[in-house]
Amino acid sequence: MPQHELILLKNMMRPGYGGSLAEYERAGGYQAIRMTLGKIPPADVTTAVRKSGLRGRGGAGFPTGVKWGFLPKDYQGPRYLCCNADESEPGTFKDRQLMERDPHQVLEGIILACYAIGAESAYIYIRGELVLAATILERAIGEARAAGYIGKNILGTGVNVDVWVHRGAGAYICGEETALLESLEGKRGLPRVKPPFPATHGLYGKPTVVNNVETLANLPHILTRGPEWFASIGSPPKSTGTRIFCVSGHVKRPGNYELPMGVTVRELIYEHAGGMRSDKPLKAFIPGGASAPFLTPAHLDVKLDFESVAAAGSMLGSGGVTVMEEGTSMVWAALRLMEFFYHESCGKCSPCREGSSWLVQIMRRIVAKRGRMEDLETLSDLCKNIAGRTVCAFGDAEVAPIQGTLKYWRDEYVALIREAESANLIMPEPAGAKR
Amino acid sequence: MTLSEKYRDEIAAILARYPVKRSALIPLLYLAQREQGYVTEEAMVEIARILGLTPPQVYETVTFYTLFNLKPVGKFHIQICKSLMCALVGSDTVIEWINAKLGIGPGETTPDGLFTLSLVECLASCGTGPMMQINEDYYERLTEEKVDRILADLRSTGSSSLKSGPFMWPEPMKT
Repeated sequence: MPQHELILLKNMMRPGYGGSLAEYERAGGYQAIRMTLGKIPPADVTTAVRKSGLRGRGGAGFPTGVKWGFLPKDYQGPRYLCCNADESEPGTFKDRQLMERDPHQVLEGIILACYAIGAESAYIYIRGELVLAATILERAIGEARAAGYIGKNILGTGVNVDVWVHRGAGAYICGEETALLESLEGKRGLPRVKPPFPATHGLYGKPTVVNNVETLANLPHILTRGPEWFASIGSPPKSTGTRIFCVSGHVKRPGNYELPMGVTVRELIYEHAGGMRSDKPLKAFIPGGASAPFLTPAHLDVKLDFESVAAAGSMLGSGGVTVMEEGTSMVWAALRLMEFFYHESCGKCSPCREGSSWLVQIMRRIVAKRGRMEDLETLSDLCKNIAGRTVCAFGDAEVAPIQGTLKYWRDEYVALIREAESANLIMPEPAGAKR
Repeated sequence: MTLSEKYRDEIAAILARYPVKRSALIPLLYLAQREQGYVTEEAMVEIARILGLTPPQVYETVTFYTLFNLKPVGKFHIQICKSLMCALVGSDTVIEWINAKLGIGPGETTPDGLFTLSLVECLASCGTGPMMQINEDYYERLTEEKVDRILADLRSTGSSSLKSGPFMWPEPMKT
């Protein structure tokens, strides 16, 4: 198996590593803060991060240094950093591991980001179900505060940063950055209309940066080893560094694998994740979480970087790679994801709120062999009328499973509908149908 | 005793974290739920008073989030992930096991008030499915035998050593 240098998972892969402050320091932790705070001007930290090519690891892949650069330079007043730890994208389970196994790496990244953007308060918005991760982070914050890494006048540099854990309460949409801000303000998690963007009008209307856990965890390494080093890893110039790929589904060894961006799906699945569970052929995979359209065995040599996956018609997203073996019904799989999106639609925009309900009803009808051939046209039509017509990207995400499976496995939809037609059943509208 | 009387210091510490009071709403709802197992109407009214909100503002928020119970649930709230990634590796079978062992379906509570079953969407445990969360703990890579032991442990001692610790998968190589 090809060996690659670990960056984010390096400490925790050591046998016995428990993630305490002392262990993190022994592994070289908090050196980035010592080298940076009060020694390198904040603007230069932003420049270094921009040069590193680091892009957001939450899903959208926006360049981190560029995002920081959008904050108003002359604004006199509080600014905020929010660490997006609302890991909820089906297929994704990397941030949980980063927080539970090496919490100080995340905290050091948060302190560095705060320094760069001039924020004195950071909130870690963590999904409510991750009680253990929240507890571990709280404990780590306590340790860091006692050691002078968090709080007033950090290490005598005059820099102040306070960090708090804020638990969400069960809502996928709160991973969308403006919904996260609404939720953190104690409201329903409804995404905001943009512009204005959080960089100018974020938490409490103040300049705010929202960065994913894995994004922040990269910062200490970029600052200790230099942006050039980071930019040389992966698929430069546009996809630099590593990704923690979360492999799930029908493989022998599911789990988190940190690899340079640009490895092929084939290497990830067959070398690292041990290949297919029952040695049946691979039928389909999702390359970047539930919001990314399904791909086929013909895409196994696609490189896992932002551009290559997009060129293949999907997206790298959150790095969640879900593998399905021959024999899996693609219509059923799409329905399962559609049920997720139906459950999680926040209800703000009508195309998404009503559309997700229609999509799920039609999909259930087809899977229950009560479908009609014209349902396929209706599905495509609905998808086109949801994507791009909502306040946030959820609308685009929710149509991905259906559009992807209709593209490559339309025959499976047709077969289910033919079965319904040949049975010549009388098919009443399902109860509660809206049309 | 009201929440403000019983948890004066904890509430003060929560409020101190935020420049705007309303941000403390979700933390205070968690506190209320911890106290009674669900969020009562009295608690919502009291939280509204603490934060200077109207009770409808609290209600509109609490109803958005799935982790708040607005009616009592069993002592052990079993939440099985039913999303695609877990379904690929057998979560539907776990639902059948629970149904056979406890005689409850989704949304139901055992007559003794011990167990409530809910089906939930993805809990960020896709590589270690099928899985379930019971109260605050995760239980992963479930097998029928493991489910039996978990339920027996919970009945007899109120907790189970089979719950997940700090997450890492695959596990680090032993040297």
